[in-house]
Amino acid sequence: MTKALQAITSLVRPRRKAGAISDSHMDSKRRKLHTPWIFIGLCMSPWVLGFLFFTAYPMIASFYESFTRFDLINPPKWVGLGNYRRMFFHDQLFWISIKNTIWISAISIPLRICFALFTAWILTKPKRGSSIYRTMFFIPAMVPTVAATMSFTYIFNPAVGPINRFLESIGIKNPPYWFLDPHWSKWALIILGLWGIGDTMIIYLAGFLDVPRALYEAAELDGANSWQQFRSVTLPLMTPVIFFSAVTGIIGSFQYFTQAYVASGQVLDYSHSMYFYASHIYNEAFANYQMGYASALAWVLLVITLLCTYVMLKTQKRWVHYPNGSLFK
Amino acid sequence: MTIHDQINPESNQSDKWREDARRAKFHKRRKRFLFAVANHSVLIAMSAVFMMPLFLIVVISLMDFQQASRRAIWPNPFIWHNYIEVFQAVPFLHWTLNTLFVSVLTMIGTVVSSVPPAYVLSRLNWKGRQTSFIIILATMMLPGQVTMIPVYVIFSKIHWIPSFYPLIVPAFFSSAFSIFLLRQFFTTIPDEISDAARIDGCSEWQLMMRIVIPLAKPAISAVGLFAFLGSWNDFFGPLLYLVENKDLWTLGIGLTQFQGIHHVDKNMMMTASALFMLPVIIIFFFSQKVFIEGVTLTGVKG
Repeated sequence: MTKALQAITSLVRPRRKAGAISDSHMDSKRRKLHTPWIFIGLCMSPWVLGFLFFTAYPMIASFYESFTRFDLINPPKWVGLGNYRRMFFHDQLFWISIKNTIWISAISIPLRICFALFTAWILTKPKRGSSIYRTMFFIPAMVPTVAATMSFTYIFNPAVGPINRFLESIGIKNPPYWFLDPHWSKWALIILGLWGIGDTMIIYLAGFLDVPRALYEAAELDGANSWQQFRSVTLPLMTPVIFFSAVTGIIGSFQYFTQAYVASGQVLDYSHSMYFYASHIYNEAFANYQMGYASALAWVLLVITLLCTYVMLKTQKRWVHYPNGSLFK
Repeated sequence: MTIHDQINPESNQSDKWREDARRAKFHKRRKRFLFAVANHSVLIAMSAVFMMPLFLIVVISLMDFQQASRRAIWPNPFIWHNYIEVFQAVPFLHWTLNTLFVSVLTMIGTVVSSVPPAYVLSRLNWKGRQTSFIIILATMMLPGQVTMIPVYVIFSKIHWIPSFYPLIVPAFFSSAFSIFLLRQFFTTIPDEISDAARIDGCSEWQLMMRIVIPLAKPAISAVGLFAFLGSWNDFFGPLLYLVENKDLWTLGIGLTQFQGIHHVDKNMMMTASALFMLPVIIIFFFSQKVFIEGVTLTGVKG
């Protein structure tokens, strides 16, 4: 955890030149004399209060509640590790949700990264008109999740939706039932996710445009063709951005909720093919009012998230390339 | 290939060179042209794919139930009336006003409460600054589910469920993401400006209000925009806090819950979805620059 935090702070901390050290030292000394503590306190107070009310206290409380049986009406009753034991040994839905979540992240995260890389890369190509294309690629990311999901369940509906009509008309005999078919419903969700790729694409696009032109010119002088240029110049310089989006993608996939909830509400997902980890927490907490058990689930989620982040930070040495070596030590 | 040949343009050799050069140039231009055609075709095809669902939504929203269930490709006739009927079939205007109310207050709350912390975290040097910032970043990575249940319990104990308060009030206690984004921008404003103002006897408050905030308008509008859109598109918060009272429903909740209770034609829900998307897309067209700069600022940039 601390390592991850260090990495992130080193990422955002403004880099100082060696020569500036003495200068900034003096600076801080001078300011220390008149640090406007009252002003600082007033300015920080909304965040401090918010942190206490909405983060610090709830974290402690939910950690405590994870060892209790708590139904919101009666006071929490201590059950020790009972909730955790139930989760791992007696809760089938827990394992179903874990399996579904891992399945969809293993497929959708790499797919999203490749697709976003491709869309961003192709946007850097044209001399004119790229902003029009960029706008069109980005708009789906703006569409409210609920509206997008509801529309997708309609468009992909095998009985009335236009997608299957189109697939039939080009000669596909038995097009998939998409959201209605447990084997295809996750693919439909993945397509829905790829449609809203815009924000990742914009970050990648900025990364592409940040690559110094001189590097391409040097590569060209060395006789690299455009694929080699992409492979050995662009891609290595993009790895920090890709790494960042992979980490946030993994964290996000364990909180994947709205699309799955809306879609399974639309089609009545009896086979739990769209039942993900966040859906399980929501159901246990707000459908079954098992607040203690849901807290335990949430803490397991936190541990999984931290573990994934830690593993990613460990593996990054092998493939993430930092040009000035100062990001993510 | 002697120097003589180069100097003397009349020679055969140099004519040949010129011819070669012309041909090479022609080839290069043709290659570039073909590449441009290829690029644009790929881009146009992809634009079509990205726009297709939106197009289909609009098309379906203009059909009546018979047409939609007959799997018509094109509305015949166009049922423009759908867009009026949707306001009668579902309390669409009411939901819109609710959503707007929550979103606007969330936006105001986020901006007002995130600018001061971001200011002192980036423009002033004080003990504990780095630690506070690390904690803020850590809360950004914290999954919401971990804090969700006790927060829900608090709100239910003070009888704020169902009401708008649980959605609006936390916004006034700043958001880690907004602080992060604003701080990233504030650090790019040169320190000399602040120092000059301080020497002129400017207080920190005046410095923030009169100098840094006006300079940071793009970042502040990005933060406001994100807060507004985040709230407009939010589903989980309203699902927890508003579902029990129909009068408080926002668009997202309304669209998903209404069907279960009342019978509404599915294609009418498409009309409602289209109307739900419309404001966001319009806002995007007017604020594209702010928006894209904001997204870029949140990416990995030191």
